[in-house]
Amino acid sequence: MTWDVALILLTDGLANGAVYLLAGLGLVLIFSVTRVVFVPFGDIAAFAALSLAAFETDRVPPTIGMVAVLAALALATEIGSLLRRGEAARIPKAVLMWGVLPAIPCVLAWLAARPGVPVAVHIAVAVLLVVPIAPLLARVVFQPIADASVLVLLIVSLALHFLLSGLGLLFFGPEGSRTTPLTSAVFTLGDGFTVSGQVVLMVGAAVVLSGLFFLVFERTVAGKALRATAVNRVGARLVGIRPVRTALLAYGCASLLAGLIGVLIAPVTTMYYDSGFIIGLKAFVAAIIGGLVSYPMTAIGALAVGVVESFASFWSGALKDVIVFSLLIPVLMLRSFMATHAEEEEDEVDQ
Amino acid sequence: MKSLMQILTRGTLAAALTACGIASAFAADLKVGLSVSLSGPNSSLGVPYAKGMQAALAYKGEVNGRKIQLVVLDDGSDPTTAGRNARKLIEEEKVDVLMGTSGVPAAIAMAQVGKEAKTPMIGLTPILLDPNENPWVMTVAQPTQLMIDAVVERMKRNNVKTVGYIGFSDAWGDLVYDALMKAAPGAGIKVVSNERYARADASVTGQVLKIVALRPDAVMTGGAGTPGALPFLALQERGFKGGVYGQHGLINPDFVRVVGAAGQNALMPTGPVIVAEQLPDNYPTKKIATDFRAVFQKVNNAPTSDAFSAYSFDGWLVFVDAASRAMKKAEPGTPEFRVALRDAIFSTKEVVGTHGVYTFKPGSLYGVDERARVIVKLDNGQWKLAP
Repeated sequence: MTWDVALILLTDGLANGAVYLLAGLGLVLIFSVTRVVFVPFGDIAAFAALSLAAFETDRVPPTIGMVAVLAALALATEIGSLLRRGEAARIPKAVLMWGVLPAIPCVLAWLAARPGVPVAVHIAVAVLLVVPIAPLLARVVFQPIADASVLVLLIVSLALHFLLSGLGLLFFGPEGSRTTPLTSAVFTLGDGFTVSGQVVLMVGAAVVLSGLFFLVFERTVAGKALRATAVNRVGARLVGIRPVRTALLAYGCASLLAGLIGVLIAPVTTMYYDSGFIIGLKAFVAAIIGGLVSYPMTAIGALAVGVVESFASFWSGALKDVIVFSLLIPVLMLRSFMATHAEEEEDEVDQ
Repeated sequence: MKSLMQILTRGTLAAALTACGIASAFAADLKVGLSVSLSGPNSSLGVPYAKGMQAALAYKGEVNGRKIQLVVLDDGSDPTTAGRNARKLIEEEKVDVLMGTSGVPAAIAMAQVGKEAKTPMIGLTPILLDPNENPWVMTVAQPTQLMIDAVVERMKRNNVKTVGYIGFSDAWGDLVYDALMKAAPGAGIKVVSNERYARADASVTGQVLKIVALRPDAVMTGGAGTPGALPFLALQERGFKGGVYGQHGLINPDFVRVVGAAGQNALMPTGPVIVAEQLPDNYPTKKIATDFRAVFQKVNNAPTSDAFSAYSFDGWLVFVDAASRAMKKAEPGTPEFRVALRDAIFSTKEVVGTHGVYTFKPGSLYGVDERARVIVKLDNGQWKLAP
């Protein structure tokens, strides 16, 4: 292997790592606040990418219908639970929150699905369109079982993934799509070594977004509430933080991240209805390296996964994924040695 | 209340009797059972197969004055369902011949049922079975070796001395690689790499870097459908200047859409029907291919854009030819007829189809020769004949 090849592999790996980084941040965010390993994360990214591809071919993305149906379900769930608790007076607010708010991106997307709309608008709308998906799913599926054990939450989350990828197949068909690159710029560094603008964009987006994450968590009330819930749900409730509210915030942020990932990678990889799963799985490896709680460790893990994957594909294409997922074994062993074994069930009493 | 029940019972009985009567009146019809993937991940192939069959029915709906009935079932891209469908077609519908399907494993499942029930099966995909073990099955698809031989001939003509290989890490990747390894030494071509990737992979940069570092004259790809476009895109990104060759698994409008400009000038083999209107007038399959295009357009209100519907059409032509000979020996719908039909199919001589000219012999799955392949070039998103 020459230095040229190593450099190319490294940039390729960092670009992939940037994507896993964003996905890993989303997974850690949701897990730390709600204890849900959010498997459908990748599917949401795929939905964003495929919706953008649908816009480019002048089709109305079927995602609109899905979001609308989900919103209707969430609204029905919310009204049902309000009526059961005898709080009918809050129904108008629920309608606004669960009916009108998710309908806005649907309407925007429907308006944008016609020829002549600029690419930038398509991208923005494709991202916006998937933002309501995770919060709506959370309202319908996870909120009623928020106090269940991590295992139950994981199984439900896995089931949701199969549901979403099935819908993806139904909506977008079995064949993949690629969108036009966001930028065609190429940067030349040194002799003959080039980096494409798309890669710079991916790495840049990861850096900027993780910076924003840091600022939000350190400087804003909402961020501090998220952190407080992550540390101790009961304690957070005692000081006036509503876990339901913070959970929805976490789902919303993660959904936004997934949407951004979708539009960032759609031009460089062919996206299929089920591509999201493998992205989610590799981000999960990164998140495990971070113990599903630490953002900086997740970031390092994500970059490591990306780079290892890239070099592994050079050494042995067929065994690439085996090598990447084998990373988990030493990490889990190390974590198991270092961890103090706190029983998980203990801090879940009477939430 | 009782009388109502009696009326109902009588009515149902009468209806059942009438139905039986109709069934026996039609019993002399020829019956074709098609199981195909109308849903599931293989449906992008299965739907064209079914459309091609409808076109074939419209093209030739009777043999020697007997009508042909077509029964279509959906196997949902699942081999188990395909096997069950085959059983249903044979036992309930009493079909004379099985046809199918869009997936190779599913087609094998059907062929096994056909063997048990002694019903001939005309496969529409390459079926990997030993014809001596199952003498009831044959296929209209081209054998992989025949197609890859054409690619290797073309490489030789283009003065290619070394070729890098990158393909799927599955049976299809192996099949193409083995065929390449068999054909290349004879043409004085050295295969310098055997890189693999999974259908779901997002990038093949690593594999392609390795190939480019070996500086081969050309690259052969062993992928199919949209994931098959990945090596083309990665090779273009790395500025590879040599020729890139594909195979018939890539002849698909979705591949063309995804590969975009990176597929420019890529060469691959296919059945001649894909470029029917560009063929010379004396090409044996030109006329029937043009007829097929016209009847397909009429039946489905859309032009053909794939190779799959044409396989259905060819399977039908082979069946119709064999049935006309078999009907002299036995009555359709009987076990004797199915034996006669099997024997007739295996003595098919020079039946001209859209993909090639079919001559079946016992002990061989395939019935086509060199006339069943042409090399095409991808030029601005269009397949162009590259003679």
